[in-house]
Amino acid sequence: MARVGAVPLGIAALSFVTLLAGGAFLGLLIEGARDWQGALAAFDAYLFRVARFTLLQAVLSTIVSVVPAIVVARALSRHPAFFGRSALLRLFAVPLALPALVAALGVLALLGRAGYFADLVAALGGDRWPGIYGLSGILVAHAFFNLPLATRLFLQSLDAVPADQWRLAGQLGMGAWPRFRFIEWPAIRASLPGVAGLVFMLCITSFTIVLMLGGGPAATTLEVAIYQSLRFDFDPARALALTVLQLALTAAVLAMLFRLGAEMTSDAALSVSARRHARPGSVETVLNGLVIVLALVLVAGPIAAIVTAGLQADLSRLAGEARVHQALATSLVLSALAALLCVALTTMMVAARQRLASRRRLPGPSWLERALDGGASLILVVPPIVIGAGWFILVRRFADVFALAPVMVVTVNAAMAIPFAVRAIRPAHDEAAARHDRLCAQLGIAGLDRLRLVDWPVLRRPLLTGFAFAMALSLGDLGVIALFGSDAVQTLPYLLMQRMGSYRTADAAGLALILAMLCFLLMMVAEAAGGRRR
Amino acid sequence: MTGGGNEGSGAGVVLDKVAFSHPGGAPMLFDLSVGAGEILAVMGPSGSGKSTLLSLIAGFETPAAGRILIGGADVTDLPPARRPVSMIFQENNLFAHLDVAANVGLGRSPSLRLTREDREHVSESLTSVGLGDKARRLPRELSGGERQRVALARVLVRNRPVLLLDEAFASLGPALRDQMLDLLKDLQARTRMTVIMVTHDPQDALRISGRTAFIEEGQVREVGDTAAIFSQARSDALRRYLGAGSRGR
Repeated sequence: MARVGAVPLGIAALSFVTLLAGGAFLGLLIEGARDWQGALAAFDAYLFRVARFTLLQAVLSTIVSVVPAIVVARALSRHPAFFGRSALLRLFAVPLALPALVAALGVLALLGRAGYFADLVAALGGDRWPGIYGLSGILVAHAFFNLPLATRLFLQSLDAVPADQWRLAGQLGMGAWPRFRFIEWPAIRASLPGVAGLVFMLCITSFTIVLMLGGGPAATTLEVAIYQSLRFDFDPARALALTVLQLALTAAVLAMLFRLGAEMTSDAALSVSARRHARPGSVETVLNGLVIVLALVLVAGPIAAIVTAGLQADLSRLAGEARVHQALATSLVLSALAALLCVALTTMMVAARQRLASRRRLPGPSWLERALDGGASLILVVPPIVIGAGWFILVRRFADVFALAPVMVVTVNAAMAIPFAVRAIRPAHDEAAARHDRLCAQLGIAGLDRLRLVDWPVLRRPLLTGFAFAMALSLGDLGVIALFGSDAVQTLPYLLMQRMGSYRTADAAGLALILAMLCFLLMMVAEAAGGRRR
Repeated sequence: MTGGGNEGSGAGVVLDKVAFSHPGGAPMLFDLSVGAGEILAVMGPSGSGKSTLLSLIAGFETPAAGRILIGGADVTDLPPARRPVSMIFQENNLFAHLDVAANVGLGRSPSLRLTREDREHVSESLTSVGLGDKARRLPRELSGGERQRVALARVLVRNRPVLLLDEAFASLGPALRDQMLDLLKDLQARTRMTVIMVTHDPQDALRISGRTAFIEEGQVREVGDTAAIFSQARSDALRRYLGAGSRGR
C-alpha cells in the first residue's frame, strides 16, 4: 500500500475495531451502573444452569469431534492412495464453507422429528422417532462441523512425519499398534491441544446451532440466553449478567489456548499426499474402511439432506416471492459491504504492522505493533453477539434500534471476518513488501503509482480471497441480524429463521439450499483466487 | 584519492566516518573513498557489513553519524530515489507481474508514463544487453542471467553516475558469471559510471575491478590494487579469509 501514512491508517483501522468493541462495553457499563441491583440479581440459579450447560455442551462436542477425528485421520493416513480419497478430503472441507444455520437445518432435515430418518423408522415399523433436539442435536451438528476440520488438521500433522520414520518402522517390522504408539500418536499429540482448543472455542461461542437445535431452558447456552433476554424478555440487566459471564468464560478459555499455542483461525490445507508406506494388514484395512465410511456418512448425510430437502421445496414459488428477493438483495448488499470494510480494515492493519516491523530499531515488537496484531483477533475474545448486545443496550436510549440494523450487521460482520482475512492477506502482503520495498524506494515508485503498478496487481488475488471469505461468513451469519432484524430489514438467514418459526419447513429448506449455494460459490472463489497466486 | 569531480559521467563516492549498527548488532564504522569512474570490488566474510555498506550508500539505511558524499554533494539525508545511484540486488530486481520493457521503463519514469523517446531508449538499452527480442516476456520466462541483464538495462536508462552491485551475479554459474562481468565491464567503459560491487569470489574481483576493499567486522581493513591485494595479502584477516587454496586461482 501507499507507504505514506501506512501507520496512521493502521491506527485508524485499529481504533475503529476498538471503538466497535468499546461502544458495546460502554453500553453494558451504563446499563450496569443504572441497574446494578438488577444485574446482580440476575446471577441466579438459572444463569448458572445456563453457564453449566454452555460448558458441558462445549466439552462434550469437543470430545465427540476430536476423539473420532484421531481415528479417522489415522485411517486416512494409513491409506494414502485409494479411489475417491481426494474427493473425500474435499467433501470434508464443505462444512467449513456452510453457514451454521444451513448445517443446523441439514441435521434437522435428516434427524428431526419429521426428517428422513423418522420416515425410515416408520417404514420399518418402529416406534415414532422422537427427533433430535437439545443436547444430542447440538452434539451431532457440532460434530458435523468440527470432526472434518479436526480430521484434516490431524492428517496434516501425520503427513508431516518424515518419510524416513515410516521406512524405519517398516524395516523394524512394526505392526499397527507400535506404529501408532511410536510414530502416529506423538505426531497427533503435538497438535492435539491446538486442535482441541480450536474446536472447544468454536463450540463454546456457537450461537446459531444452539438456537436452532437447542430446545427450551434445558438446552440453552449463554449466547442464546443473551439473545432471548434482549429479544423476548427485554431484560437488559439479565443480558448484562449473561454477557459478563460469557466474556469471562471466553477470555479464560482463550488465555488457556494462547498458553497452549493454538492457532485460532486454522483452515486445514488440503492434503492429498500419495506417499506409500508399508501396506496395513487385512483386518486393519477393514476396520479403517469402516471408520472412513462412518465419517463419510456423518459429513455427507446432512449435506445430502440439505440438497434433497431444498430441492423438494417449491423453489420456483420462492424465487418469485418479493420477500425473498428483498432478503436476498439485502443480504448481498450488506455482506458485500461488510466484506469490503473487512478487507479495507485488514489491509490497513497489516500494512501498518509490516511498516512498523520493518523500521523498528529495537529487537522486540513495540506495543503498537502488538496491538495491531492483537486487534485483528480481538473479535475472537468478544463474540459478535456480545458486541451486538452491548450496542443494542446502548443505542436503544437514543434511537430506534432496528433502524441501526444495517450498520450493525456490516460493522460487526466485518470485524468478525478480520482474523480470516488476515490469514489470506498478510502473508502475501508481507512477502510482496519484502520483495518490493527496496526496489520501489530505489526507483522512486511511491503513492498512487506504487498502488497502481505494484501493490494492486500483486495483492489483487489475496484481497479477493479475503473478500470472498468475509462475504461468505457475513452472508451466512445469523448472530447480529437475530438481534437487530425486523420486518424492515431482513437478511436471508433472518427470513429463513422466521419461516422455521412459523413451521414453514419446506420454505426454510429451500432458502437454506439457496444460501448454501451462495456461500459455497464464494468459498470456491476464495479458494481459486488463493490457490492461483503467483 | 578525492571524492569530488564530475569528469565523464561517473561520480566519486566518499564515506566519511559513517557509523551504523543494526538493532542489537555490533557497531560499524566505514571510511572509504572511491574515485569517479572506478570499479571497486568489496569483499569480506559474511556478516562483515558488505551489504550494509551498499545499503548506506544507496540510502536504504541511515547512518547514526558521519557523512556520505557522492560527486562531492552530501547525500546523507536524501531518500534512495533521489540519490545519483542505481543498485542491483542478488534477487528481486524485477517486478514479477510486469514485462521486461515495463521493468526497464520504470527506470525512466516511476509512474510508467513513457514518451516515444523513452520507449526508444528502453529498447536500445535492451538491445545493448542482448535482450532486444524479449521486451514482452515476463521475468519468470527468463533465465537467471537474463533477469540480471534486464536489471542492467534499467541501470542504463536510469543513467545514474554510480552503480552498486550486491552479489548481483552470485547465483549464476561460473561461465555465465564471467559473461555478465564482461558485459558490465563493457557498459562501464561506455558510460564511465562508478561501480562498487560486493562479491565473495576473488576471480570476480580480478576479472574487472581496479581496486578491492576488504571489510571485516564493520570496518574497511584494506583497500588496494586488486592484483596486489590477492598476491600479497598484508593483514592476517585477509589471509585467513582467502585461505591458502584460493590464492592465485
